[in-house]
Amino acid sequence: MSETVKKFLYLNRKAPYGTIYAWESLEVVLIGAAFDQEVRLMFLDDGVYQLTTGQDTAGVGMKNFSPTYRTLGDYEVKNIYVDKDSLEARGLTQDDLVAIAWEDWETEEEIENIVEVVDAARVSELMEESDVIFSF
Amino acid sequence: MSILHTVNKSPFERNSLESCLKFANKDDPVLLFEDGVYAVLKGTSAEKQLEAALAEQSIYVLGPDLAARGFSEDRIIDGIEVVDYAGFVELAANNDKVQAWL
Repeated sequence: MSETVKKFLYLNRKAPYGTIYAWESLEVVLIGAAFDQEVRLMFLDDGVYQLTTGQDTAGVGMKNFSPTYRTLGDYEVKNIYVDKDSLEARGLTQDDLVAIAWEDWETEEEIENIVEVVDAARVSELMEESDVIFSF
Repeated sequence: MSILHTVNKSPFERNSLESCLKFANKDDPVLLFEDGVYAVLKGTSAEKQLEAALAEQSIYVLGPDLAARGFSEDRIIDGIEVVDYAGFVELAANNDKVQAWL
């Protein structure tokens, strides 16, 4: 297998539950994590709703997949970005979103929360510097 | 003749809610469910639109869909009524027709 490490950007723009996009994206991220690439997740537009805390699907008979986001740090996902304008348009702040911890098992370096709110210019920059963009 | 209007799409992704509010008669009820529930939250760019509509007609939101998406009832705009599935059925039964804005 090639030693080349590529930068993968998963671009999430859909709300969870209403369509299958959010869940499908998460599945692909988890599969992709096995291939030792540099994985980044971006949440913008309605995609920011994927990360809200307190999701309780008991009343709608669907699987609540939101706890899985909190485990992404264990799959060596180290960079998760949320678009600031998308949050503001929806009356949300970072306090409404899950915190995702990350730890390097070898060096024991720890980051309490890898979810980073970024501006539009940074979103563009992250797209530009990625080798591959997966759109959901 | 009364019509129950339902909207199940996010107001930030589709114009379903906008069209619904434009064409619904003022005394007809509107029920938001699935991704439509995002419209009832306080502090969004859709809030003014909702408040203007609320002054003239009843707006309902499906509670289980709100909970699934992580929002409690204290996050919603005052005057919007939360209903459960039985309430959804009741609304459908109490009106002559249902128009679904998909």
